[in-house]
Amino acid sequence: MDAKDILGLHKNSFPSSLDNKKSRPPKESQRKPDGISREVYALTGGMPPLMPSIDASQLKKKPPTHEKVTWQWLPFTNSARKDDLHLYHWVRVVNGVLPTGDYSFAKYNKSVDIIKYTDEEYEKYLTDPMWTKEETNELFDLCERFDLRFVVIADRFPSSRTVEELKDRYYSVLRAILLARAASSGDIATHPIIKEPYNVSQEMERKRALSMVLSQTRQQEKRDEEVLIEAKRIAELRMASKVTEQSQLAVASNADAELTERAVPGETVSPSNVQLPQMVVPSADNASTLASLRMLRVYLRTYALEQMVQASNATAGVRTIKRVEQTLQDLGVNLKPRVPTKAVCAEHLELRREILTWLNLQKQVQYKEAEGSSFRDGSYGETPGTPKDRTFIPDSLNFGGERVGKKDQKRKGHGAPPTAAHKRPRKQKASDL
Amino acid sequence: MSQSQTLPLKRHQDENPRDDDSSDIKPSRLKISLPSEDSDKKILIKRVKDVGICVPIVYGTIAFFLGRKASESQSHKWTVYVRGASNEDLSAVVKRVVFQLHPSFNNPTRVVESPPFEISECGWGEFEIAITLFFHSDACEKQLDLYHHLKLYPEDESGPQNTKRPVVIESYNEVVFPEPSEAFLARVQNHPAVVVPRLPDGLNLPSPVPVEPMNDKERGDTKDHPLNHWFLNFSEADELLKLAAARQQVQAHIVKLGRQLTLMEGLPQSKQPSG
Repeated sequence: MDAKDILGLHKNSFPSSLDNKKSRPPKESQRKPDGISREVYALTGGMPPLMPSIDASQLKKKPPTHEKVTWQWLPFTNSARKDDLHLYHWVRVVNGVLPTGDYSFAKYNKSVDIIKYTDEEYEKYLTDPMWTKEETNELFDLCERFDLRFVVIADRFPSSRTVEELKDRYYSVLRAILLARAASSGDIATHPIIKEPYNVSQEMERKRALSMVLSQTRQQEKRDEEVLIEAKRIAELRMASKVTEQSQLAVASNADAELTERAVPGETVSPSNVQLPQMVVPSADNASTLASLRMLRVYLRTYALEQMVQASNATAGVRTIKRVEQTLQDLGVNLKPRVPTKAVCAEHLELRREILTWLNLQKQVQYKEAEGSSFRDGSYGETPGTPKDRTFIPDSLNFGGERVGKKDQKRKGHGAPPTAAHKRPRKQKASDL
Repeated sequence: MSQSQTLPLKRHQDENPRDDDSSDIKPSRLKISLPSEDSDKKILIKRVKDVGICVPIVYGTIAFFLGRKASESQSHKWTVYVRGASNEDLSAVVKRVVFQLHPSFNNPTRVVESPPFEISECGWGEFEIAITLFFHSDACEKQLDLYHHLKLYPEDESGPQNTKRPVVIESYNEVVFPEPSEAFLARVQNHPAVVVPRLPDGLNLPSPVPVEPMNDKERGDTKDHPLNHWFLNFSEADELLKLAAARQQVQAHIVKLGRQLTLMEGLPQSKQPSG
């Protein structure tokens, strides 16, 4: 009923020009502006906001002013300027009183105090085979002008000198002057340039290293990270074995402290063997385990195998490990080899790794299957059985599916009927359209 | 490189870690390390890198029921021992073996200084025996611990025990010396008890210095040991075969699943016939 009123429709009549008049007022009254214009109100969706964002009634009010404020166009000077320039600007005058004080931005005109040396001082302390007096003077003049912004100075310097050279000259001069002028060496010992003089070669090296790091390709970055992780792991392993070594030292009298003193150059197992980044983790575990084994003077083959198995299990969860062991049993393989020779242990380890791979693949296949079915179950709002879906599946796919099914049949002896039953409804629908 | 050698023996050639030493001359294969059993005299030991040698051993117990001669406290006569896996003489590597028996035995710590490394006793109970191997000083300063559970009673408790048929439990293992000293390697490189891989060319070992001679017994091997017909046979061939077969099976599964995955990845919205 209200809707019809709003639209200006009467129950018994069609909208006509007569009714247009009626329609407008109800529409207008719907507005509810209250201090903000209709267009702005419409921005909120035409409805009042749930929370009052701004009190609309406040918006049009002016802040109470008890003073009389006028704005005047007045001249001013800037104490930061050396010339006597007079400019004009708007000034807020309150009750006829002008604001006092300097130009408000003058205080920001800061500059660096560059020392000034006399000719005498130059002759005594500052001569340098690489620099003429004119150049040095020019340098200092530019330093003064540009507040020690060496990049700019280097650009403006008449003869081409690198930033490092300029810095070197400036700081050496500064240092020499300070040392010469100081009453005693203790006075200026706290000055930064005295404490840490500028080191040209170090600076150049540092900048070169920075630019190298910056320009590294992603691949290099990845490799560097791998090497660092590897090194950290080996260091930790070495620390751990050192700790156990030292605890054994306390217990057994003939413990061998040789290990701790041993230089081990071959132990930096390089991941350069590794081609793919994904392979880093498994081979890193093995490599560090091998390294730690090599550090033992003597060990049992079974111990070595245990360590390697642990290393390869490190990335797997408890359940996965149980599944691996179950698989081993199903395959008729001893969990611990009965004849643990080197070859047998190697094969055993490889078998365990392959089982892990197999289990991972199984998981992946399961995930994919779950994904596939969730797709079909109307995540896009389409009903599952829509023939439209099926038409887009090319027939070649069905054949592909058939082939796979048949392969399975050959291997496992599955019956044909189930797969055929799947196919028939699909094909029917495809042909329907 | 000949392919006729089994996998472990090729290790030195193939499996060098990629350090710079591999292309260098012989001295780089040697590492100098400092023992400090006696910190006053720093003896430099030259070790050979990448030539890991191992000593296959078997250790275990053989227990006979005494039958008529059995008493309450002594129902079985048993022997615990460590022998070379093919009954070779271990004394070239092992200096002495210490068997730690149950505290109820007199002098439970039994030290055997010469082969055959075994202890025979009479008793009634089963317990864990700790076997500690001590090696000659040029082989290794550290000892190695093994543990073995003495079994007196057979698995199938069918009827009275046979005095003629002992309960034999043996374990196979290999003692690995990853970086033997030059002296040790020189001494044992041709010893039947030690498995030595093919030595790299250009490796000059010093002439071997024999260790302290054994006691009056001339041979330390167990080939004619009175109990040796009870010794078990440990052949890696069976286990290798079984492992190879298992690996093949797993690899086949992997291939199949891999194919399944690639098929599935091509078609995100179709349902695959479950394999």
